[in-house]
Amino acid sequence: MAKPAPIQEAATSGTLSFQESDSTLVLRPSGRWSVESGIPSLSEVDRRLGGIRRIAFDTSSLESWDSSLLTFVTKLVELARAQGVDVDRSGLPSGVRRLIDLAEAVPERKDARRKDIDRPLIEDVGVATIKTVEETRSTLAFLGELVLAFGRFFTFRARYRAADLWLFVQEAGAKALPIVTLISFLSGVILSFVGAVQLRMFGGQIYVADLVAIGMTREMGALMTAVIMAGRTGAAFAAQLGTMKVTQEIDAFKAMGFEPMDFLVLPRVIALTAMMPLLTLYANLVGMLGGALIGIGMLDITPAAYYVETTKAITVTYVLLGLFKSLVYGAIIAFFGCLRGMTCGNSASAVGDATTSAVVSSIVVCVVANGIMAVLSYVLNI
Amino acid sequence: MSIEARNITKTFGDFKALDGVTLEVPTGELVALLGPSGSGKTTLLRVIAGLEFPESGEIFFHGENATDRSARERRIGFVFQHYALFRHMTVFENVAFGLRVRPRQLRPDERTIRKKVGNLLKLVQVDFLADHLPSQLSGGQRQRIALARALAVEPQILLLDEPFGALDARVRQELRRWLRRLHDEIHVTSVFVTHDQEEALEVADRVVVMNEGRIEQFGTPDQVYNHPATPFVYHFLGNVNLFHSRVHAGRVHIGEIEIEAPEHLGTHDAPALAYVRPHDIELDRVRDGAMIEAVVRDVRAVGSLVRLELDRVDGDEIIEAELTRERYIELDLRAGEHVFVKPRNLRVFLKEA
Repeated sequence: MAKPAPIQEAATSGTLSFQESDSTLVLRPSGRWSVESGIPSLSEVDRRLGGIRRIAFDTSSLESWDSSLLTFVTKLVELARAQGVDVDRSGLPSGVRRLIDLAEAVPERKDARRKDIDRPLIEDVGVATIKTVEETRSTLAFLGELVLAFGRFFTFRARYRAADLWLFVQEAGAKALPIVTLISFLSGVILSFVGAVQLRMFGGQIYVADLVAIGMTREMGALMTAVIMAGRTGAAFAAQLGTMKVTQEIDAFKAMGFEPMDFLVLPRVIALTAMMPLLTLYANLVGMLGGALIGIGMLDITPAAYYVETTKAITVTYVLLGLFKSLVYGAIIAFFGCLRGMTCGNSASAVGDATTSAVVSSIVVCVVANGIMAVLSYVLNI
Repeated sequence: MSIEARNITKTFGDFKALDGVTLEVPTGELVALLGPSGSGKTTLLRVIAGLEFPESGEIFFHGENATDRSARERRIGFVFQHYALFRHMTVFENVAFGLRVRPRQLRPDERTIRKKVGNLLKLVQVDFLADHLPSQLSGGQRQRIALARALAVEPQILLLDEPFGALDARVRQELRRWLRRLHDEIHVTSVFVTHDQEEALEVADRVVVMNEGRIEQFGTPDQVYNHPATPFVYHFLGNVNLFHSRVHAGRVHIGEIEIEAPEHLGTHDAPALAYVRPHDIELDRVRDGAMIEAVVRDVRAVGSLVRLELDRVDGDEIIEAELTRERYIELDLRAGEHVFVKPRNLRVFLKEA
């Protein structure tokens, strides 16, 4: 009572037909099976499995095969197992049989398979939420450890090398001067141009000096320095610590009885946080020089007038506000640089990720912090 | 100092790295943790070191509970697979580091440090490299220095994480013999991780075979190799032949032959797997009693042993056999010829339902 029902699946060369008899489904792969012509889908088999107890193969008309047949059979075996159907492999070419035996003998390597990208939306949301919670937790844990490390530092119990501290001070201070000079000078120039276009309409070019002085001291000096330091030093911290994590140097410190927080993180945070206000002060000055160059050179303001207007505009409060901001930025950049480095994964590519993420998070958080401080200073009338 | 781990469990996300591991390392021994990757051996080592903390279970050092001690308080020396030398320090400074950064009261003076580091570098036979940077050295030299650095703090326990994993085969062999001699000299309780069975069997006093976060067997190299406790240990330590068989009332039936298996006296007609090492496969050209008939498929005559691959006539299983060169010449076998096989020293494990 055989009822043949040939079905063409793969169009070009390799074909698959079926034959059902009693409770056995015989699969007849025929022609040339190759990866190029695609692998027939299992849906057809799945559809026919109702009432089937056994799957067998007849490969008498199979001309040639490659991994496409193997993939098909492997998937079929999985499907059959899930449905409780026996697969009789004796009809397969002996080469296929041996390869499949081999594939089953060696357990599949974990992580080798690419993760399924198709996930329902709700699962995506869940996974993202769990990740955020975990990240927040690890960030807070790091913050807590840093506070403890500072506690040890101020009670002179932290173990670190003074030479390291000085190295970082140099790295985050003097060595950053050239690029800070360039960027803040240009910031001053840009501020001055933006102001000049508007103020000239009212004949108030002289107020360019006020704009540049206030703009630099209150906002731009600190913020531009922060952006530079995030890209330069924050990224360097993440890369250094990340590399040490990957090469297990951090583990080596721990195994030798060192607190990596004291030994590696503390000097970096202290150095950068301490150097930021100094750099900012310098950036303010250079920015105002840049503004003055435009004001005097292109807007016909006399140097004396520019100087007097500038000194009138700056107050100690503005400068202190700018310096306070820079202190906050410095702490943020050092924090995220070290955090991303210390929580870096264990592969070389993880170091790159850590570096990128250090720069992005520190700049974002700096700007957010700036927004908060802007509102606060407005409310407090500073 | 002895190490004792009791019922240690550790998970990473969904992955169970250690699943109730209990282990006791006696004082002064060199113990190998052996297993495939992902078996939890490195995690166990890191838990012992205090670099990783278990979810449950306890660690005892010399009978004292050390579970909550930090790595510093445990006084261990740790050698990493990729050396983890401090890149910006010279070899001398690397080794001296652990001494230099001690609190002032405990720090030895400069002369003592120099002498000690000098002695250690001599011990690991690289004293001529003291002023080099790690990047200027070969892998083998770096690993020796990593070992000297670990020993500088006078650890009570030495832990090595795949210490020779990143080295080439020759250096590996040389270094592991050297490690054995070094251990005989200094007698610090040592645990090392390896996935190389030869390394574990050759170097260690005792071997811990791990799989999927559990200990499969703990014993001397002889015990684990010659008397494997589980099928996994059989597979993992050396080549092995598998015979599908049935056990009935203390006898194993493999194809037509029947062999005594006294440990399964109470079993009634159950499917089983019989394990036989290739060198326990006896071959002959003529049938002598109950033997399995096979066809020689392939002969590899490299080295002192001749390896043969045989196809069973009564089934599609392949048998691997190892003969001494003399026996091979005596039999004079070629591919395609028929032989008769008799397994000796076989070990039967019942198939799990």
